[in-house]
Amino acid sequence: MWCSGCGIGVMLGAMLRAFEELDYRNADTVVVTGIGCTGKSDDYLLTNALHTTHGRALAYATGIKAFNPKLHVVVLMGDGDSVTIGGNHFIHAARRNIDLTAIVINNFNFGMTGGQASGTTPGGSFTSTTAWGNPERDFDICALAEVAGANYVARETPYHGWELKELIKEALNKKGFSLVEVFSPCPTHFGKNNEMKEPREMLDWFKERGLPVERYRKLSAEEQENHFAIGKLVDRDAPDFNTRYEEIRVRATAQKAG
Amino acid sequence: MGKRVGMEVAIAAAEAAALCKFDVASVYPITPQSHVAEHLADIVNDGRVDASFITVESEHSALSSAMGASATGARVVTATSSQGLLYMGEVMPITSSMRLPIVMLIANRAISGPINIWNDHSDIMPMRDTGWISFFAENGQEVVDMTIQAFRVGEDRRVMLPVNVNMDGFQLPHMVEPIFFPDQEEVDRFLPEYVPYATLHPDRPVSMGTLGMPEIYAEAQKAKDVAVVNSIKVVKEVWKEWEKLFGRKYEPIQSYRTRDADVALVTMGSMGETAEIAVDALRKQGVKAGLLKIKLWRPFPFAELKKAVKGIRVLAVTDRACSFGGPGGPVCSEIRSALYEESVRPAIVNYLIGLGGRDVQAEDFMEMVRRAAKGKLSEPYEFYGVRG
Ligand SMILES: Cc1ncc(C[n+]2csc(CCOP(=O)(O)OP(=O)(O)O)c2C)c(N)n1
Ligand code: SF4
Ligand SMILES: [Mg+2]
Repeated sequence: MWCSGCGIGVMLGAMLRAFEELDYRNADTVVVTGIGCTGKSDDYLLTNALHTTHGRALAYATGIKAFNPKLHVVVLMGDGDSVTIGGNHFIHAARRNIDLTAIVINNFNFGMTGGQASGTTPGGSFTSTTAWGNPERDFDICALAEVAGANYVARETPYHGWELKELIKEALNKKGFSLVEVFSPCPTHFGKNNEMKEPREMLDWFKERGLPVERYRKLSAEEQENHFAIGKLVDRDAPDFNTRYEEIRVRATAQKAG
Repeated sequence: MGKRVGMEVAIAAAEAAALCKFDVASVYPITPQSHVAEHLADIVNDGRVDASFITVESEHSALSSAMGASATGARVVTATSSQGLLYMGEVMPITSSMRLPIVMLIANRAISGPINIWNDHSDIMPMRDTGWISFFAENGQEVVDMTIQAFRVGEDRRVMLPVNVNMDGFQLPHMVEPIFFPDQEEVDRFLPEYVPYATLHPDRPVSMGTLGMPEIYAEAQKAKDVAVVNSIKVVKEVWKEWEKLFGRKYEPIQSYRTRDADVALVTMGSMGETAEIAVDALRKQGVKAGLLKIKLWRPFPFAELKKAVKGIRVLAVTDRACSFGGPGGPVCSEIRSALYEESVRPAIVNYLIGLGGRDVQAEDFMEMVRRAAKGKLSEPYEFYGVRG
């Protein structure tokens, strides 16, 4: 279903291996998807799947988790889904710290509709709506999740498939809102428009620029501009939405009874 | 005097907006509108029109920012389809209430679910009552002409309303068609500079969009209705002028071989051309078939419809959207109620066709006419050729 050299399949493979290693059962697992090339992942899944609307996957997932906290709920979105048209749901899911795992394929553009600029298109880069360079700045999705309150934040690329799987596993095990951002090649659009037409070229770009977070943090601000951090960026244990909700419910019930 | 070129209709629609020298384009991409978005961006980025293109984060923001720009006096174009149009739904009634003459190009596409990217009219039908003027184009030429006409009609001081131009998704925007483009000077003469009624300007502050208490809300609704109803005069006037200038005739309802017709099909949008082929074929077989093509959906052309159906025994009305649990498709229910008061009126049958891109061929229209000739179907409306 995806173009050759696309990174989405690598993410999907990593996610499914993580499911297997954690012994997730199809019946207990719901994969919620948005709309886009990433959103079409559910075509390959035997778990429960809910293919939703563009940008709203997290809102649907919130409903699932709030009603049935026992389910493993994983949300697959593109950068358009998660932080462009659906940015509001993204920050609120993180703020609420609801126990979901969001995996975001960031290919820096709207892949499905033909490579237009999204909220993560880097300033100056070329897309089918910014033929002379994007005048806008891009979101740092991980930073956004961190300040909004996510318990777990990580970034990887398909170049680092094993590490990606390990991070997804950690994210799945984490209670509260966890995000794994996957920088991903879209050779058909973003790559083609930005002198990385060959699938390999975008992977090379990730390989050269992606630095393990410990190394990245040691760089000067100037040096950091040419790199991005990969690995686990945030790991904390604030109580998640369902825990806090349950606390209040117990307290309210006790007071009323008393 | 203009030129004829072969062009993809999505590109042509954006080119038509460029001839209107829009100031702001604010668009979020969606299949099958995306080439309109991209080409509007290219036109601006290449400096061909002195305008801004805003790569907004959603359709909701597309129309909201379009309204902001329009409120400052800019000529604004936007474009969308399907889910994107539904997402604009919150904003659309406010655009017309604020009397901001934005033009929206819609590549009509089915709405979810199930998700479907192909053409029908289920996106625009729920927007029927938002107070926008709605044109329906039949081919690429009409898309171009109607885009230019839309600015002229909407911005007319007697109208001051937003206008949407509907083109059947894929069937029109993705086709390469031969299209006559008027010259820039001709468009400049036809479309004077936009003079807004009121703008957000520091020298003369106004408030827009304030609360309407029960004492005034109803009057505001009535005022909007009067404006939409009255706009038909201007639409017809502008279409007459267009015909004089460019030789292409536009009417709210276009009749095809109906003078002595016994049974007439009714279509809206690109299927009119296929229906014409069916009518010609039936005529060859001696069946007195005809066709009415609706070009103006809002305001609905009541008087023109009544005139157009004179002498017709049966109308076979086709709809490209459902009204679940309702009286039939939205076009049919409109036509039925429009003719209710008439002492002599045709029998009406209703077919729901072409949903989610289902192909409808000339032979299908012929079959619809043959069956409609009985004056009645076994059901109040029929999902033509649909299983189950
Ligand atoms: C409300 C709405 N607007 C627009 C679209 C059209 N659309 C479908 S996918 C998409 C962008 C997808 O980009 P992203 O989320 O980054 O996913 P990718 O295809 O890049 O994986 C858009 C704009 C839509 N389906 N719904
Ligand atoms: S368009 Fe881009 S994101 Fe979509 S399948 Fe192709 S390479 Fe992947
Ligand atoms: Mg993307």
